[in-house]
Amino acid sequence: MTIDLPLPQSPGLRDVPVSDVPANRKDFASDQEVRWCPGCGDYIILAAVQAFLPSLGLRRENIVFISGIGCSSRFPYYLDTFGMHSIHGRAPAIATGLATARSDLSLWVVTGDGDALSIGGNHLIHAMRRNVNMTILLFNNRIYGLTKGQYSPTSEPGKVTKSTPMGSIDRPFNPISLALGAEATFVARTLDSDRVHLTEVLKAAASHRGTSLVEIYQNCPIFNDGAFDVLKDKEEAEARLVRLEHGQPVRFGDREFIHDAHADNPTQAFEISRLDDGTMAHVPIGIFRQVARRTYDDEVRVQIATAKHDFGDGDLAQLLAGSDTWTISGAQS
Amino acid sequence: MTKQVKQLDRVIIRFAGDSGDGMQLTGDRFTQETAAFGNDLLTLPNFPAEIRAPAGTLPGVSSFQLHFADHDILTPGDAPDVLVAMNPAALRANVKDLAPGSTIIVDTHDFTPRNLSRAGYADNPLDDGSLDRYALHQIDLTTLTVESVKQFGLSRKDASRAKNMFSLGLLSWLYGRPVESTEAFLVKRFANKPDIRDANLAALRAGWNFGETTETFAVSYEVKPAPMRSGTYRNISGNLALSYGLVASSVQSGLPLFLGAYPITPASDILHELSKHKRFGVTTFQAEDEIAGIGAALGAAFGGALAVTTTSGPGISLKSETIGLAVSLELPLIIVDVQRGGPSTGLPTKTEQSDLLQVMFGRNGEAPVPIIAPQSPGDCFDAALEAARIAITYRTPVMLLSDGYLANGSEPWQLPDVDGLARIDPDFATEPNHETEVGDHEFWPYQRNPQTLARPWAIPGTAGLEHRIGGLEKADGHGNISYDPTNHDLMVRTRQAKVDRIAEIIGPLEVEDPSGRARLLVLGWGSTYGPIGAACRRLRNQGLHVAQAHLRHLNPFPSNLGEVLQRYERVVVPEMNLGQLAMLLRAKYLVDVLAYNQVRGLPFTAAELEDVFTTTLEGLHR
Repeated sequence: MTIDLPLPQSPGLRDVPVSDVPANRKDFASDQEVRWCPGCGDYIILAAVQAFLPSLGLRRENIVFISGIGCSSRFPYYLDTFGMHSIHGRAPAIATGLATARSDLSLWVVTGDGDALSIGGNHLIHAMRRNVNMTILLFNNRIYGLTKGQYSPTSEPGKVTKSTPMGSIDRPFNPISLALGAEATFVARTLDSDRVHLTEVLKAAASHRGTSLVEIYQNCPIFNDGAFDVLKDKEEAEARLVRLEHGQPVRFGDREFIHDAHADNPTQAFEISRLDDGTMAHVPIGIFRQVARRTYDDEVRVQIATAKHDFGDGDLAQLLAGSDTWTISGAQS
Repeated sequence: MTKQVKQLDRVIIRFAGDSGDGMQLTGDRFTQETAAFGNDLLTLPNFPAEIRAPAGTLPGVSSFQLHFADHDILTPGDAPDVLVAMNPAALRANVKDLAPGSTIIVDTHDFTPRNLSRAGYADNPLDDGSLDRYALHQIDLTTLTVESVKQFGLSRKDASRAKNMFSLGLLSWLYGRPVESTEAFLVKRFANKPDIRDANLAALRAGWNFGETTETFAVSYEVKPAPMRSGTYRNISGNLALSYGLVASSVQSGLPLFLGAYPITPASDILHELSKHKRFGVTTFQAEDEIAGIGAALGAAFGGALAVTTTSGPGISLKSETIGLAVSLELPLIIVDVQRGGPSTGLPTKTEQSDLLQVMFGRNGEAPVPIIAPQSPGDCFDAALEAARIAITYRTPVMLLSDGYLANGSEPWQLPDVDGLARIDPDFATEPNHETEVGDHEFWPYQRNPQTLARPWAIPGTAGLEHRIGGLEKADGHGNISYDPTNHDLMVRTRQAKVDRIAEIIGPLEVEDPSGRARLLVLGWGSTYGPIGAACRRLRNQGLHVAQAHLRHLNPFPSNLGEVLQRYERVVVPEMNLGQLAMLLRAKYLVDVLAYNQVRGLPFTAAELEDVFTTTLEGLHR
């Protein structure tokens, strides 16, 4: 792919061509009617993303959104970029192939707690382990919405839903802990309701080279309304939210330490991820971890370039002949 | 001592030993020597699914059969003329396949009471007269090998491991095979282990000399080179030919090759092979599972790569949902199924043709996928190129249906003229394709080519062609989500029509009926081509009339297939399944075909098919 335009400088978008015409949020809105339930947190996230994307200054045709199945996975239809609404849980795998085949794209995966952590758990952890250059937006509403209200892998224990009339009995995932355990290089959490914080996190995630996992607490007004209300009420939020900033002190209860998101060892980040014991008494938001590590897709390209450099471009006739041939001359029929 | 040299027109040799004895390597090397000598040949490796089953037991026996001749042959042969057995288990597992009068060469070293009982022998078959009907050569190959390499100071265990080279040397002498290519191979293979290299070379040479100098073998044999079309040849296995076909497709289309795969027998060698060819721009992605393998491939296809996923039947089961998505997205994708025995894990290392209905129908909804099946190891090259051409031209996933026999079997292959290979035009969309009523130009991702019904392939990075696709039903043309009943009916029929139209470019089914008087047609598909062809020849040599046709395209069928079926009084369909093609033919053409089926994990023998065809002919004449 030849690129004849200036490129943005951030590592994550290094190879993506920039636009010579400034864009605005309208340029990123598709002509499709948005069809989430009234009051859904997805509207706020969509608006934030549409407002944020122009700030990257990229060519719109080089941005791709890939989703799985679920309410959140309708997201790509509403953005006027390239997009694929795929199948349940597989978006990280599909995006891995696309990122590896094409370095010149800004690649986004939109997924939910069921899509990413239940049916697609395997692809999620392996994408993070490989560190493929993409940003994964995990909309966590702690419920299955599209299938009308069953508990999800992030629902609190004892959750009474249609499929668990006596309360759910399995223990939920902590998506941040899971991502850190899966060797993710960029792990963050934010809230649908905090546009400024959400946008800051998105910007950092897009700039990161490698897999960025962004958990977004998102309210489902129909099946799990108010799941995050304690974090949205001004006074409550003050006491409960632990805002993470690299190099800044983290305070909660009677503890205080300096947050080092760039530490090679993820132990501290993991410890922070465990601050929320499920009661939301202390909920850290912001960037837990942000470290530089080689990405899978870059390494693939390096190996191909190295092979071409060391041995030259492949020659098909030579390949087919191999090392053991024999020739039958015209005498025989 | 000058020994007599006897002329033969063809020979079938089977090497058998423990799976750790190096029988596959021995067979491979004998094959290379035979190919270099100019015989026509076909091979049949047969090995257990266990990597190293307990030594000396029947489940641990691995074998390699090679058929070579001074004329063109179609199968790896039915009954071996020569069996090389490295231990009692190898003898016991294979002796039942031998015709009386054939030759057995045994390594007597392991014929100890313990090993005999492990193999299930109550008495030593070398002493009890049970092998009297064979020409039996008892040689302590292990001790001879250890003696011949003792100058290199190896442990007894390492020294005895060279016994496969000793036996290769002996057989090479017996059939006048040149060993230079094997010597060169050993020098390269053990370049970093000089003592092992030298021991193997010495054992090879000692085996040859043993044949030449001892009186055990009074005669050696010669099988003259086979007349073949002039050209340059190499020996090639199906998996290798298929890999090369994919690389060639990449070169001819100018699209970088992307393979997403999860290791699975017997398809893994395609992943191994393609991973070597990075200088062709090939990306091989070893995924976390079968689903991710095809998912990544589909993502790469969206990005404009020549996307491939390789697997066997169990993997197809896991990939089904993504294949359905690919049908809906209408993106080019090659899905290689190297079939093995099923159901479930089944017989991982054995061959079968029982995935036909799975790849034809194994998806939810109406999800048609073209199916192409190669008929010989070398043909896997052409079949891969054809799969790529159809996938790219029609924007569709394509099934390439190989099997374990084709994958691991090998044959001489005439190198194609690379300059003569046709180009494949990806024909990416570059501009809007629709004008609105008010004169705006838009891109409609489901506006079709009227001839092929293919939709445009617009890849990310193409300005003005931003669009969204997905697994939800799309409206004809502009491609936005649509739940409209009439539209869904139209889209389902259009996807089917697109696949049906491929029949326009695949050409008619050709029938081989040399006398033109056949009343019986034998119709096969895939790897049964060899044994069916060999059996038909046998009938014709007896003055009988039989017609043969072989399907390369299982979906869509060639447009003249119905007419061909009607032309014959009887149609026999031999398959290594319980009648899957036969079911499709009966359903589609209302022809009462006669299914002949076996599922033993092995290819048909020409002899059994000869019997079946003869009996069927007799029925017609009655």
